[in-house]
Amino acid sequence: MTTAIGRKFQELKRQGKKAFIPFITAGDPDLKMTINLVPELERAGSHIVELGIPFSDPLADGPTIQRSSERALRHRYRLADYLEAVREIRKQATAPLILFTYFNPIFQYGLENLARDARAAGVDGVLVTDMTPEEADEYCACLEAHDLDPVFLAAPTSSAERIARIAQRSRGFVYLVSRTGVTGARETLSESVRLTLDRVRKHTDLPVAVGFGISRPEHVQAVWEVADGAVVGSAIVQEMERQMDCEDLPARIGKFCRWLTEGATDG
Amino acid sequence: MSAKVSTPEMLTRPDEGGHYGLYGGRFVPETLMGPLEELEEAYKQARRDPSFHAELEELFHSYSGRPTPLTFARRLSEYLGRGRIYLKREDLNHTGAHKINNALGQMLLARRMGKTRIIAETGAGQHGVATATVSALFGMECEIYMGTEDMRRQALNVFRMRLLGAKVTPVDSGSRTLKDAINEAMRDWVTNVATTHYLLGSVLGAHPYPQIVRDFQSIIGKEARKQILGAEGRLPDLLLACVGGGSNSIGLFYDFLGDPEVRMVGVEAGGRSLDLGEHAARFAGGRRGVLQGTMSYVLQDEEGQIAGTHSVSAGLDYPGVGPEHAYLHDIGRVQYTSISDALALEAFQLLSRLEGIIPALESAHAVAELIRMGPGLEKGSVVVVNLSGRGDKDVAQAAELLEGQPALQETEGRRQ
Repeated sequence: MTTAIGRKFQELKRQGKKAFIPFITAGDPDLKMTINLVPELERAGSHIVELGIPFSDPLADGPTIQRSSERALRHRYRLADYLEAVREIRKQATAPLILFTYFNPIFQYGLENLARDARAAGVDGVLVTDMTPEEADEYCACLEAHDLDPVFLAAPTSSAERIARIAQRSRGFVYLVSRTGVTGARETLSESVRLTLDRVRKHTDLPVAVGFGISRPEHVQAVWEVADGAVVGSAIVQEMERQMDCEDLPARIGKFCRWLTEGATDG
Repeated sequence: MSAKVSTPEMLTRPDEGGHYGLYGGRFVPETLMGPLEELEEAYKQARRDPSFHAELEELFHSYSGRPTPLTFARRLSEYLGRGRIYLKREDLNHTGAHKINNALGQMLLARRMGKTRIIAETGAGQHGVATATVSALFGMECEIYMGTEDMRRQALNVFRMRLLGAKVTPVDSGSRTLKDAINEAMRDWVTNVATTHYLLGSVLGAHPYPQIVRDFQSIIGKEARKQILGAEGRLPDLLLACVGGGSNSIGLFYDFLGDPEVRMVGVEAGGRSLDLGEHAARFAGGRRGVLQGTMSYVLQDEEGQIAGTHSVSAGLDYPGVGPEHAYLHDIGRVQYTSISDALALEAFQLLSRLEGIIPALESAHAVAELIRMGPGLEKGSVVVVNLSGRGDKDVAQAAELLEGQPALQETEGRRQ
């Protein structure tokens, strides 16, 4: 069955467009803001939104997202609170939503419970940064039973064998890490993206989105030339940090997203 | 939950995927999988290569001073009035703790892999010092990540690492202790993997680290076995070791796992109390979870956020425990207990006075457990306590903690 994420990519393809996929940390600076922000991201041209569920030990993330996780964690929200926020968001936005988190919080919630409750709240996919295809039997079974797409990361350092496994496990799309290293805004995009992209496409017809280090319109443009979607995380979170005290924060972040996608032909 | 597991099966852990029963495995970002596979492959080859073992043995002997003695603790045995107590003297290793066993082994691996830069995390500073030491020995660039809270507690070791030519990078995130240093070291590794080996210091993290570190530390038990057979003509009744990540304890235990008559007790940090956040007793207050690449017992809140920990000893102050310990716990092969800060400090003083050996505060937890068990020990039983490190690094902290407290009674230390 094609899920909302798959349909979104198909729709974009028909229109000759590429996906813009922003990431924000849910609960930063608070959940009320998250609920206001997602519809604004959609109005600003986002096709899919990644909602980061903060974890105390975010070892795959750079300092920007670490700080934003810490701001969210101070509220001591429960996973159920984040799912409640998704319900609120669903009243105002239709863009597919992906939970982006670490394994332990969802393992403690219970994989089956998480899949059921997340789907009921309106989540479309889940990406767990420290989940590998080798450990994913129960995880994938639970998500798929509830029509949630498990999205896996592929990296330039992944062997051909691993890429095959990742492609086989992923639903919705494959998230390609543009270069090794933790998340963070960088000045240039790695040359290895195209090479890795070709390697991934050998194993799957799924769309491929590229993320990690995309922080400028020319980066988004460069990714769109070769891949099906561009994920922007740290740059947006950093911009939020900068504008945190402004009353019209959602509008400012919307404007930042338009800046990122503008100049790109189909943005 | 105790299940019967046959000895040979127990000794063949981990499986191909790095699992010890329900525990272990690999829970890491995809960017780390390449490096972990490279390390696994290099280790597989090294294990089969007699020249690798020969070189490590030579370094153990000529550089670290192995074999370390097994000291009969006469006055401690008399003090307890029961049992014959032996101390496995890992404190007499070069750099003063068992950490060098693993550091030397991994350094040889790093060189085989053509790496030129070494990074490591450190809690108490002993692993950082061991890593800085072997980096100096092999002429490698070295960077050590250390929580600022630990840097404060272990200022002397910070200076020592810098003296050895290492760069010590403060980590000011999270609880500013060992787990945060590990996060930061992993981030460095992901970014610099082409040139860099991450020399992880305990039986933690994703496969193959728990296995590699265990194998390099198992020299402790191999020697102890030979030594106790020489001294007593039989195997010991009881082994005791402190458990932070769990490398010194697994190092002592591993070679005895197949001897059902040998009882083993791992001692965790009971801290100030057994309220969450006040201790590091994972088996008392933790539950199954994933932290830093591996499935094990983890101290955490209801939402799966990792809990803060406390221990008087930085080396035990960690919310997770090696996955093989979780497995040995569940099958009932090893018992785990915890010792409070206060009891550890008492044992720290007692051993100093009775044997002229100042133990590391970490190792003092194992000594404290022995003292607590004292009256229950069978007459004539043979006990080996792993003295994983020496206490020089803890002297300033102990002086601060003991100030204003009456010292142990003279008579207590000088009985008989």
